[in-house]
Amino acid sequence: MAEVETLHISAESPGEDPASASAPEVVPAVARRRSFAAGFVENRTGVVGLGIVVAIGVFCFLGPLVYHSDQIHANIALTNLAPGRGHPLGTDANGFDILGRLMVGGQSALEISLAVALMATCFGALWGAVSGFTGGVIDAIMMRIVDVVIAVPAIFLLIYLATVFRPTVPLLIVVLSLLSWLGPARLVRGETLSLRTREFVDAVRAAGGRSSRIVGRHIIPNALGTISVNATFQVADAIIILATLSFLGFGLPPPAVSWGGMLSQGTTYLLDGYWWEVYPAGLIVMVTVVAFNFIGDGLRDTLDARLRER
Amino acid sequence: MIGYTVRRLGQAVIVLLGLTVLVFALEHMIPGSLARAILGSRASPGAIAAFDRVNGLDRSVVSQYWTFLSHVLHGNLGYSYRLNQSVDSLVVHELPNDLILVGIALLLALGIAIPLGICQAARRNRAFDHLTTGVSFLLYSMPSYWLGLLLVAGLAIGVHVFPPEAPQATSPAGVLADPRALVLPVITLTLVNIALFGRYMRSAAVDTLAQDYVRVARAKGLPERAVLTRHVLRNSLMPVVTLLGLSLPAVLTTGLVVEYVFNFPGLGLTYFNAAVNADYPLELGITVIVGIATVLGSLLADLAYAVLDPRVRYG
Repeated sequence: MAEVETLHISAESPGEDPASASAPEVVPAVARRRSFAAGFVENRTGVVGLGIVVAIGVFCFLGPLVYHSDQIHANIALTNLAPGRGHPLGTDANGFDILGRLMVGGQSALEISLAVALMATCFGALWGAVSGFTGGVIDAIMMRIVDVVIAVPAIFLLIYLATVFRPTVPLLIVVLSLLSWLGPARLVRGETLSLRTREFVDAVRAAGGRSSRIVGRHIIPNALGTISVNATFQVADAIIILATLSFLGFGLPPPAVSWGGMLSQGTTYLLDGYWWEVYPAGLIVMVTVVAFNFIGDGLRDTLDARLRER
Repeated sequence: MIGYTVRRLGQAVIVLLGLTVLVFALEHMIPGSLARAILGSRASPGAIAAFDRVNGLDRSVVSQYWTFLSHVLHGNLGYSYRLNQSVDSLVVHELPNDLILVGIALLLALGIAIPLGICQAARRNRAFDHLTTGVSFLLYSMPSYWLGLLLVAGLAIGVHVFPPEAPQATSPAGVLADPRALVLPVITLTLVNIALFGRYMRSAAVDTLAQDYVRVARAKGLPERAVLTRHVLRNSLMPVVTLLGLSLPAVLTTGLVVEYVFNFPGLGLTYFNAAVNADYPLELGITVIVGIATVLGSLLADLAYAVLDPRVRYG
């Protein structure tokens, strides 16, 4: 899915309508110098997305401090209780409180997906920048490696690796990152190809700057906008793929809690009308993904507006 | 064009070779050994040695890879010890079912997403555009199984319109003989793909509408409908051709999940079952097929693009 997101950016950014970005047609001199953050704040979708993400973060990480629930010991006296006193969202088939479970499940989802986005983006950006900047045979080899790994859909590789190795949080982070850096690599390579012909790169080279300095100090910082937009979409992708993996039963083994696992377990009771075991978990995944996509869209629009202002 | 085709074909061959190396490496990643994984933890050392000898696992890695490659080239994708069947015979048996499911869903999705994207672009920033963009954004952010479950809850359990399960026949004819059961899996896959293609189609059409030739067409008095069908549609289709080729991994991923949710007798479900049963050869065999399909998809997309847009082949 990562490569699709990447495409999405390259396909949509040039043609995105000016009206969706917050920049007016005639930009006053003061506005031109405003910071990126100020531009982002003016973007409604981006701010809404950020607000939701912060709310979900607070819910997952600070919620358990206020709302105590036992997520370790199953309690058969409390199975499948409808929402009511003591259990605002009811309990599941093992007697776990659903509200508390959503909080704990969100912790691993957010931790893993943020870590994956960070690692995949850093590695992918470096790979793409080196590949695009070096060019020639090395570029060809590096990009063919990307093509090979991209050829197998991530979910197939993930399921295979989950059957071979027992999934743990660090392992999931590493494996998901290994499958997610390809999109950023292609994206940054494309960006580098256009950046490396610019005058400031020639200037550094004329001043005797080494290639590593050009890539690290000039190419990557200039591609940082594109990279950060992509990183946000990477988080959304990682949440979806992680939830899918645990829905299929190849996620973290119990007692770890995951949104996808909750949904998968609740599905068994869909026919019994135990809606509280299905909808809260599904909704929170969807809302989180929408929120990260909102942030990505907001960042991209702000970036487009700034590029137009230049 | 010939030069471009040859270059692009060469790339595809290299990527396919890389794919076989990747899958070969995955096979050797199994902790312990393949023999141990298949024969079980109580297998005697003699049995393991015999298995290794028969399957050539006692030879050097290079020679093993060479055998693996020649097997793949001859259409031999390995042997499923759990199902006691060769992987290629399973693939031949089940691929038609997948083609039915994915084919119908893709055709429907394109048939809806292309006009939808043009309508959105033509009515940009009006209520229709905002509404449809919002819905497609929501669909895009939904895990596909969640969408499938919602459809089951609504249309199979809430009101009993469609069965919650896909056709359970194993042959393509049997699958097609039960069209009502095919509806929910096809709708799920179609909606996900509309969200995917619709976004690109809209932005491609927005791009095209801003071009000078569209202004010329309007200036010479062409009715808006003719402008949209004759100029905007054709030129906006190009990114979609590329996307169609590149979207194969996403489509196959959704396919696997949809097959699992609806218990559809296809390769995705077989892959899932293979994973549950730790049937490594079957998993890897299907992985090879999926990888080949992806590489061919992107190759065809690039070649089609070169045919449609002369700038690519001379670029």
